[in-house]
Amino acid sequence: MTQIVGIDVGGTFTDLVFVDTNAGSVEIAKVPSTIANQAFGVMKALESAGASLTKLHSIIHGTTVTTNALLERKISRVGLITTKGFRDVLELGRRTRPKPYGMTGIFECIIPRELRFEVVERIDSDGKIVESLNEEDVKIAVRKLKDAGAEAIVIHFLHSYKNDLHEIKTEKIVREIWSNDFITRGSDLVAEFREYERGTTAAINAAIQPVLSRYIDLLQEKLKEGGYTKDLLVMQGNGGTVSSSIVVEDAVKTVMSGPASGVMAASYTSMHSGYKNVVTYDMGGTSCDVGLIVDGIPQVTPELEIEYAMPIHVPMVDVHTIGAGGGSLASVNDADLLQVGPESAGAEPGPICYGRGGEKPTITDANLVLGRLDQKTLLSVDNPVSIEILRDLLFKEVGSKLGLENAEETAAAILKIANTNMAGALRLVSLSRGHDPRDFALFSFGGAGPLHAIALAKELGIPKVLIPMRPGITNAVGCVVADVRHDYVNSINTPLAQTDMDQVNKIFSSQIALGKKIIESEDVEIEDLLIIHDVDMQFQGQTHILNFPVRQNKLTRESLQVAFEKSYLDRFGVELPEIRAVLVNLHTAIIGRRKEVPLTALISKKYKRKKIEDCQIGTRQVWFETGWEKTPIYKREFFRPNFKFKGPAIVEQLDTTIVVEPGNNVEVDSTGNLIISI
Amino acid sequence: MTIIDPITLTVIQSGLQQVCNEMDLAFVRSAFSPVISEALDRSDGIYDIENGELISQGELGLPVFVGTMQFGTKCVIDRAKNLKPGDVFIVNDPYLGGTHLMDVRFVKPFFYKGKLFAWLANTGHWPDTGGAVPGGFSANATEVEQEGLRLPPVKLYKEGVLDEEILSIVLSNIRIADQRIGDIKAQAAALSVGEKRFTQLIDRYGEEIVKNSIKELKIRAAKQMRARIKEIPDGIYHGEGIVDSDGVVNEPLRIDMKIRKLDTELYFDMSGSSPPCLGPMNSVIATTKSSIYLAIKHIFPEVPLNAGTFQPLHIEDPEETFLYAKYPRPVSGCAAEVSQRIAESVFSALVKAIPNQLFAAPAGTSGNLCLGGFDPKYNRNYVMYVISGGGYGGNPNEDGLSNGCSTIGISKTTPVEVMEQFYPVLFEEYSLHEGSGGAGKKRGGFGVNYKIKIIRGNAKVSMVMDHGRFGPQGVLKGKDGGLNFVKVVQSGESYIPPHFSKDQNILVQEGDTIHVSTPGGGGYEDPFLRTPELVLLDVLRGYYSIQRVKELFGVVINHQELTVNLEETIKYRKRN
Repeated sequence: MTQIVGIDVGGTFTDLVFVDTNAGSVEIAKVPSTIANQAFGVMKALESAGASLTKLHSIIHGTTVTTNALLERKISRVGLITTKGFRDVLELGRRTRPKPYGMTGIFECIIPRELRFEVVERIDSDGKIVESLNEEDVKIAVRKLKDAGAEAIVIHFLHSYKNDLHEIKTEKIVREIWSNDFITRGSDLVAEFREYERGTTAAINAAIQPVLSRYIDLLQEKLKEGGYTKDLLVMQGNGGTVSSSIVVEDAVKTVMSGPASGVMAASYTSMHSGYKNVVTYDMGGTSCDVGLIVDGIPQVTPELEIEYAMPIHVPMVDVHTIGAGGGSLASVNDADLLQVGPESAGAEPGPICYGRGGEKPTITDANLVLGRLDQKTLLSVDNPVSIEILRDLLFKEVGSKLGLENAEETAAAILKIANTNMAGALRLVSLSRGHDPRDFALFSFGGAGPLHAIALAKELGIPKVLIPMRPGITNAVGCVVADVRHDYVNSINTPLAQTDMDQVNKIFSSQIALGKKIIESEDVEIEDLLIIHDVDMQFQGQTHILNFPVRQNKLTRESLQVAFEKSYLDRFGVELPEIRAVLVNLHTAIIGRRKEVPLTALISKKYKRKKIEDCQIGTRQVWFETGWEKTPIYKREFFRPNFKFKGPAIVEQLDTTIVVEPGNNVEVDSTGNLIISI
Repeated sequence: MTIIDPITLTVIQSGLQQVCNEMDLAFVRSAFSPVISEALDRSDGIYDIENGELISQGELGLPVFVGTMQFGTKCVIDRAKNLKPGDVFIVNDPYLGGTHLMDVRFVKPFFYKGKLFAWLANTGHWPDTGGAVPGGFSANATEVEQEGLRLPPVKLYKEGVLDEEILSIVLSNIRIADQRIGDIKAQAAALSVGEKRFTQLIDRYGEEIVKNSIKELKIRAAKQMRARIKEIPDGIYHGEGIVDSDGVVNEPLRIDMKIRKLDTELYFDMSGSSPPCLGPMNSVIATTKSSIYLAIKHIFPEVPLNAGTFQPLHIEDPEETFLYAKYPRPVSGCAAEVSQRIAESVFSALVKAIPNQLFAAPAGTSGNLCLGGFDPKYNRNYVMYVISGGGYGGNPNEDGLSNGCSTIGISKTTPVEVMEQFYPVLFEEYSLHEGSGGAGKKRGGFGVNYKIKIIRGNAKVSMVMDHGRFGPQGVLKGKDGGLNFVKVVQSGESYIPPHFSKDQNILVQEGDTIHVSTPGGGGYEDPFLRTPELVLLDVLRGYYSIQRVKELFGVVINHQELTVNLEETIKYRKRN
């Protein structure tokens, strides 16, 4: 293996990392994303990085094609075949509303009602057939769906997670009448109970299969034209990759793969720097994504709601999105209190300093007024706004209404509130799960992350902040380092005391066998296989589950009981010897580890300076909580491993700006990361 | 009092909010009662040291508790003696600032550096607290004693130690008691989480600053609320809400809501409402007030919650009405049903004042149905709850949501696949209640139909629902939403409850079926103004028949081609 490319398509840019392990070189490209067809941007990025398609060994690709299709509802026409009496399950959901307060808001069902057909069949919760499948009903439904112009089909029956006979039979009949590549069986994708969530996941899968298929075909064709003959790997939301030859089958697993690759990069990088427990924090223009890595393993969730009424129940890296980004607006509300976000100035008009007509102060504007961002960048936009205008607007729109003295005080207030809110959200989504922040490091990336990382770490009591070599292309790095990964879940749902442990071990073994078979069929070069098991348990009568890792070779009833009780006590501070434990689900992740990519390759060899003093390119006045300080400005690209310095400092690099507060110790580690001690 | 800068104020505001959100989260994730863990029927908050006023409450708490918990906490304060750190009071007395008996409150004095600083409290809906009917929703109780075990404030935990004697009294008087220890520990643990985080907050900012911020935040919230009220034109606005019956006497109960708006204040007068009733549809005053608070919060969702928020809302005690229940009036319907009619009466009054910020009436029933019986296969008793949503009202911008949660709740229904695992039932249908959306330029959302078959053993079914007699109100010429409907088929014979939406202990056995349809939302504005293409889509989706859309929306659809006949539509709309 010598030449690998990771390509991540984001909303604005398509990022590429091109690693040549033999030559020890790395090239990076950033080109505008081509929204209408992402393949053009991808080809452009390859060209711009000077990658020769004939020589490449693998391309790992993170795409937002499926996520965007869903969020913008540019999805295919899907038909549903379901149990008689239940065609509206997908439209009715579970009687929720978008927000706790306010009686408005609505959602459009992924499969419209006129394309949902019922057939006579019924299986009960024990998996027993109550009513046999009426095959004639199926045939009628298929013909109707064909006539109505459906492109994909979902087969979703009650209790199919327990007995999938009727679903399988139905699929067979469908195929006999209509040879269609896009047929999704609910239980095939998610073998878990809960009809709405399983059905919605299946519907989402079918709705994006044709979209993903067209995209992958086109991209393959372009790559082939360029002489690339090897396989294309695609990133999934679980943080692993899958061969493009089978990616369409479980298309839903590619949703949210962008944030997942960011967490994978964080995990890989932090492990190499010696940090196993990490909070990842990726702040961009409109939002930030937060993830958690415990003991070197990115936390995965079996369920994620990507927007109102759109739950996806396949294992995905647990990334929470918070509505705070550089473009978040600051305003004063009716209570005369300062409010930052969740409204955002977006890309248009954007922050005031972008010079695109924005007149409302944002977090980015506040950073600029306080010297945290370079005021010279103001000149580089199309219609420059002077710093005086910016300061005036900040003071007029926010500061004066709060009785503050001047623009600096206003900007400081905006940052303080923004940081408090973000820290609160970070605490709630990650650290409140029984983890002590003092055992963690904060891995910060994205264009705006490193501006705020240290303030957040201080707020949360996190002692170390890690800023990777290339914060702006972390997702692409994630593609390069990601492993091949497949996840399996099976429901058990019996009290532990009555659980047949042979059966448990059998299920684990068959999950492993399935995963191995798939990985073999993918024909991807891997070094070794890693198998991770975890289980969901609960006390009898509960509806929530607690997930924790287990080791298969040591699995007994007693060890499960002990592990569960311990996890429960850690998480909730409660012991319940009175109540029986129930084993709910068994999970297995089969990870085919790809050959390690040396991260040192990310350090560019050019422009290195001998001493830290030589890396300084100037000074400017920067505001900290202790007041204004004349602060040295360093250029990140000049740093060598093992350089050390002390804050205050500003470190500028192509894709971000890092604010180091007074008293912080900074060290450049052997792979080029900045390790900042708070 | 030191002046606190507005930045610190905001920081402390979100700090207090986070303390409560963490309590909410800890409680819901570790609870046993599915009503708490899935239906989120609980709330956590911080309350004033002296009068129990709301300081902050979790954002994920059940809306109906926004106002009740401060009254409940006040009642504990009045009775509490000899307070020690680690004490936790348990109370569910409805007349002491409560709702119905199933809502059990834990109230804990919060000490900072050895001195009482504030109160932490939470409420959780237990699946059963004894009484005549499994699950507690008796449809025809006439005294509170028939509704279940009533607990005055007593210390369940003394200095952190669970009192086994009080516990044994509680557990001896409720059904499926074995799991309640799990809820008790979860509920108490959530308060401990709050204690820890609140202490950290005060450690960091100092006692004086936190104390003064709390005072100042109250003033600010009142100010924010007043700013919104000021935008409402001055005047007197009438609204109403009608409850089908009290479950005992088969006559409607009427809420007469008169809202007077003057400058920055709102005055609520309900004195014209029906007198106290025999059956369990009486409302205790804490719930009555809370229902008005939550209605206003639904209209102005962005105003934060603390005692100040309620300051500009002046509610006259509706003595001598069924909205001011005194001991021993039965009250099991107040939190789930009457509360929603009160909210509906507020919506229907204010839509006349600020139509662009309102909506037609939502289904507004919790749809509580409870099946209690014996499963011979597993040789055990069970209590199965079904809650249902209904349609929301149309609003200026969009049609109403289908199968939305009750106004007072944020709870999810339990999946059919889960209910069938736990109970001896088979659902034969779970579908959209066609035609139930009230017609309007923006139509109401749709309710739900479900049909349950008993497959083993005998059981008794009880239900407390509403809108079986009058549909949720349409507004500004919009039509009312479809009705709630219940039918029980016993050995092939259909039985329709005489009170339509309320009944109790109906016997069912293997093979019998229970049919429920829930209400749709009201329509917003004249249905004849609805875009014909949208009406056509409603027909294609099977929401209404071709015949019905002609009557309701004045839209003529060509039967064969399934297209809009524009010419006939214009003619028809002119004529009618």
